[in-house]
Amino acid sequence: MKIGLFATCVADTMFPEAATATATILRRLGHQVVVPREQTCCGQMHMNSGYRRSAAPLAERFVATYGAFDAVVSPSSSCVGAIRQLYPELLGIDHPVLERTMELSEFLVHRLGVEDVGATYPHRVTYHPTCHSLRVTRIGDAPLRLLRNVRRLELVELPDAQECCGFGGTFSIKNSETSSAMLADKCDAIESTGAGICTAVDGSCLLQIGGGLSRRGGDTRAVHLAEILASR
Amino acid sequence: MTVPAEGFPAAASRELRNRQLRRNLGQATSTIRAKRANVVAEVPDWEQLRAAGSAIKADVMANLDSYLLQFEQALTAAGATVHWARDGAEACAIVAQVARAHGVSEVVKVKSLTTDEIALNESLGREGIHALETDFAELILQLDGDWSSHILVPAIHRNRTEIRNLFRRTIAPEIDSDDPAVLAEAARRYLRERFLSAEVGVSGANFGVAETGTLCVVESEGNGRMCTTLPPVLVSILGIEKLVPSFTDLEVFLQLLPRSSTGERMNPYTSLWTGVSDGDGPQELHVVLLDNGRTRVLRDEVGRQALHCIRCSACLNVCPVYSRTGGHAYGSVYPGPIGAILTPQLIGIENAPTLPFASSLCGACYDACPVKIDIPRVLLHLREQAVEAVDKPAERLAMGAAAWVFRRSDRMRLVQRLMRVLQRPLVRDGRIRRLPRPLSAWTRTRDLRPVAESSFVERNGSGAARR
Ligand code: SF4
Repeated sequence: MKIGLFATCVADTMFPEAATATATILRRLGHQVVVPREQTCCGQMHMNSGYRRSAAPLAERFVATYGAFDAVVSPSSSCVGAIRQLYPELLGIDHPVLERTMELSEFLVHRLGVEDVGATYPHRVTYHPTCHSLRVTRIGDAPLRLLRNVRRLELVELPDAQECCGFGGTFSIKNSETSSAMLADKCDAIESTGAGICTAVDGSCLLQIGGGLSRRGGDTRAVHLAEILASR
Repeated sequence: MTVPAEGFPAAASRELRNRQLRRNLGQATSTIRAKRANVVAEVPDWEQLRAAGSAIKADVMANLDSYLLQFEQALTAAGATVHWARDGAEACAIVAQVARAHGVSEVVKVKSLTTDEIALNESLGREGIHALETDFAELILQLDGDWSSHILVPAIHRNRTEIRNLFRRTIAPEIDSDDPAVLAEAARRYLRERFLSAEVGVSGANFGVAETGTLCVVESEGNGRMCTTLPPVLVSILGIEKLVPSFTDLEVFLQLLPRSSTGERMNPYTSLWTGVSDGDGPQELHVVLLDNGRTRVLRDEVGRQALHCIRCSACLNVCPVYSRTGGHAYGSVYPGPIGAILTPQLIGIENAPTLPFASSLCGACYDACPVKIDIPRVLLHLREQAVEAVDKPAERLAMGAAAWVFRRSDRMRLVQRLMRVLQRPLVRDGRIRRLPRPLSAWTRTRDLRPVAESSFVERNGSGAARR
């Protein structure tokens, strides 16, 4: 399959290793992965902040860049959610590529039917299901299925896992104190598991959780799911 | 209804500092959440019920004009007097007029958000008429000059020790226990006498049946039943959106509402009455149909779904923002996610521009809503209106600049390179601990990951370099 990889602006800029890992996993499964140089940002921040009209050219750009691929895969479920749901609802864009755009774990499990990517990761890991992966793209337990098949990985359950981490895009700045209160509870929950790694499928939420954990000074780190799945 | 000009972020920051509030609230919301999840899971056709509830409400909104006239006709035929109120002031004046006509200085009230919305108690107070709240929690707040922070559990921010001390100061000096049963008994004794002597009762209504003119009040304590049956005169005020077409539609909502709100299979008291009946219950019934901004909401095709709300409060209980800040931060009679979409529409977005941003867009409210109001979608819709109504030049400039950069990939790579240089003095041990305003709002509680040494697309991209 010829797959267009959409890194997203956040991962491209701050988590390039997550995008690299996504490409690695897909290539190992025998697919042709193309990284279009024209890609930028899906426009989610603009749509979520009330600047819908500024997002329209970005959405058109996405469709023009990826329209011809058999599938588009991205390491961010919230950007995929914006593309699949907000492009048609908010911008009136209707193109078959929107349905073919998927976050990595849902692509592996739901589209390819792959639950074991042959990874090894000798760490204690807890998984935070991000809000948009639960309630917009609705990927269900796809990430957990993949994690359960990673060799030497000890998966520990996160208490109140489905609670929002408090990121919410510009919410984290506009309502920074409420956002921080949500983050504090999330970090407490993560640390209570004794895991060394907290993973998720969204770079933006990992920016928030990782930033909170780092400020607290503990040993727990935030790592994107793709990096775990690409580890050997 | 007005909301304080300070806006949500400032009010939330104050509320967040109240540790007792956060503990009370955290405990209360997680208890209700668990109860709700359990009883909802028992219903095999829950999703179909939600879809039915949503469809019935959509039909009501689309044909409200004819349903309202049908409702008026049925009520009049059943012996009630129907009043139309354009706004809160008109509605309050109607109630005051009825009370004055009967020469009373006190009315007994069923808990009603609609009457809170129009500040009925304050308005009657100015006319020398005391409106006595008879719901346990509302009574507590009234005695203490406090105000509701939750649609359904108005005193959710108070604990029982606080309540015992309050009762000692006010209605039951002898009370020495904070056992809920003892507290409830004290309130009951106090209220019984007032019920028996009241001449005028005031209620809202959960539903009005257009076909029959029937009003419906759903409650847990029985005080509502007393208010709507004991006084010889009853005034019921309802927003025009509260209609359902036919009696059988109640079947859907009476399943959805109690499970979503209190987490009960059925609520303890459901009162239904149609007009007046000889020798039974109130002999004079006034029904006030309130607009107060609703017809304006109705004009907005995306926003109007906020009028489908049946005030169950499920969205509050599951909301990660509400459960941390509490209801007062919203500064409105309608707090939480529903408040964030309803209040700005009722009073005008320019009067509550921060409310649609009081959400991380986590979507928990949408999944919980028994009538499937797509709250996140309406929030985005209102955010766009807020940006247009209240100009924030710095933000507009930043958003415009970001969009300009993202419109061409070579611009984006250039900005990434620039950020790499600019961040150099700020990065220590692979993280940024302090940023200048407005990004200091991030670094006050969080470190920031720096821009990576090389971009993924820069290293791996193929195709045109410019565009
Ligand atoms: S918006 Fe939905 S969940 Fe919230 S109070 Fe109204 S009916 Fe209940």
